[in-house]
Amino acid sequence: MKSIRPKLFGLHAAPSFRLNILLASLPFILLIAAYLIAADIRHQDNPQDKLMPSVSQMVDAVDRMAFTEDKRTGQYLMLEDTLSSLKRLAMGVVIAAFIGLLLGLNMAMFPGLQATLFSGVTFVSMIPPLAILPILFIVVGIDELAKVSLIVIGLFPLISRDIYLTVKKLPTEQVTKALTLGASELAVVYRIVLPQIIPRLIDSIRLSLGAAWLFLIASEAIASTDGLGYRIFLVRRYLAMDVIIPYVLWVTVLGFLFDWLLRWGVARFFPWYHKT
Amino acid sequence: MPDTRPNNYLLHIDNIYKQYGDNMVLDNIDLSVNAGELCTVVGPSGCGKSTLLRLILGQEQATSGDIFLDGKQIGLPDTQRGVVFQRYSLFPHLTVLDNVCMGRRLPQSWAENRRQKKLIIEEATHFIEKVNLSVDDLHKYPHELSGGMQQRVAIAQALISKPRILLMDEPFGALDPQTREYLQLFLLEIWEQQKMTIFFVTHDLEEAAFIGTRMFALSQYYTDDRGEGDSINRGAKIVADHRLPPVASSSEIKHHPAFIKLIENIRQAAFDPTFLQHAKDFNLKHPDAFQTLTAEEQQTSF
Ligand SMILES: Nc1ncnc2c1ncn2[C@@H]1O[C@H](COP(=O)(O)OP(=O)(O)OP(=O)(O)O)[C@@H](O)[C@H]1O
Ligand SMILES: [Mg+2]
Repeated sequence: MKSIRPKLFGLHAAPSFRLNILLASLPFILLIAAYLIAADIRHQDNPQDKLMPSVSQMVDAVDRMAFTEDKRTGQYLMLEDTLSSLKRLAMGVVIAAFIGLLLGLNMAMFPGLQATLFSGVTFVSMIPPLAILPILFIVVGIDELAKVSLIVIGLFPLISRDIYLTVKKLPTEQVTKALTLGASELAVVYRIVLPQIIPRLIDSIRLSLGAAWLFLIASEAIASTDGLGYRIFLVRRYLAMDVIIPYVLWVTVLGFLFDWLLRWGVARFFPWYHKT
Repeated sequence: MPDTRPNNYLLHIDNIYKQYGDNMVLDNIDLSVNAGELCTVVGPSGCGKSTLLRLILGQEQATSGDIFLDGKQIGLPDTQRGVVFQRYSLFPHLTVLDNVCMGRRLPQSWAENRRQKKLIIEEATHFIEKVNLSVDDLHKYPHELSGGMQQRVAIAQALISKPRILLMDEPFGALDPQTREYLQLFLLEIWEQQKMTIFFVTHDLEEAAFIGTRMFALSQYYTDDRGEGDSINRGAKIVADHRLPPVASSSEIKHHPAFIKLIENIRQAAFDPTFLQHAKDFNLKHPDAFQTLTAEEQQTSF
């Protein structure tokens, strides 16, 4: 029987698996092709062009940064940069998620806490985090703590408000039900409600990872001696696009990977989440 | 206000009023229910059946009046009162087994639960078997079950806490007729086995008359001596209260003339907006029925 669904166009389109892959890769192919053509044109004018490095220039740069020991420190720079950046990112995100979860959950469940904290958190969430970066540098110094703090301050209001709204949307029947089954008030909050919002917390982290990278790179750019953001802004002085572009791609790939991992984790460990 | 009341009723409701803003929903409700009764509540949509159930449950508070359970004034929801809602009774993040285990686990500490792990699972499995679910379903999540199965799990979940009274708000309201009838018979069976007291809200008259041992109707379609006009803010009252014949456990009875007549009577008294009985003429035949009208509602005439 011939399918009544069109292959590509319209509300009922059902692209085949192969077409799906082709379509998904199309934007990438176009982008890369456009870059290569433009770079080639520039290199015909000036073989030493730095603004749009050719593929071979970038491969050389990556080889130098990632696979050759640094002469001065004896380390692989890109690896070191990645590790220090990820350490800051992970610490910031985990602390922000923890604070956001506790704040959002307890504010949504206990009216007394809501009355005390809600407007405060809303207010803090309106502060542009980058604007207080100088304050952080002055108060906590320019070492690791400042960078982690910036991520925490930037993320936790967002996460706590998201968790707050999620908890508020749970049917009140659940609370009543838990009480009739003998739960104490704390048990309602931490044994019934908390497990139900963990997957939403992970989603919330996924959505704020982009902002987390922004804060990380910004603080590394301003005050740091290593990290992906530090390196990008360091080599900018020499117009080293052949280093900058691979670094940006690397950051993007890492972000994509984390997003995919978290999404996979939710689907794997919380099979009920998208069904309710 | 007395905190306890010396009578033998399991549930005793005295002069309950419930208002939402200016909207009077429950208007001087009096009700006594004996232990062991399967009490069904009917009434037109929006008359306040669910509200009454939430008051008994302790989820909401009456504007005025008292509710006693076992002679003690009720408080916030607790294990004395079990509940099955039309939806959201089950915790979506727990499997069938864990949902039912909750009634045993929640009142205890982690340590105790660890120690009694086997015992609790055995007990929960026993209740799950009682509601005719198979062992294959134990590890399914609620979203993997049909509506009828979910409601059976919800019943098992409520039973494990051994409540004094089981409150059910349209538990079979979202099910198709066959599943519904199957679950009605099933509930009767469980009720007889467990010697429970059940308070069952439904808008389906036939269902109410079929499973109940006592059936009362809540309605805002009535009149009294408070007069007419916008200033009179009437809410729903109990307009009929019937004792029902002992359970037949067979749906045959649904075609019996007396059964049909009773349903017609209640339909008229509670569901017909043009049929306005005076509050003092309500058909409150049930031996436990009682009604205390205020002086305004029933003015003595000479
Ligand atoms: N939280 C609330 N705030 C304001 N009004 C409410 C609230 N809950 C219920 N009401 C009102 O109280 C009245 C009774 O509602 P209730 O849900 O008890 O009716 P019901 O008899 O259960 O109806 P149904 O058969 O449709 O379930 C309705 O008019 C409703 O609008
Ligand atoms: Mg209702």
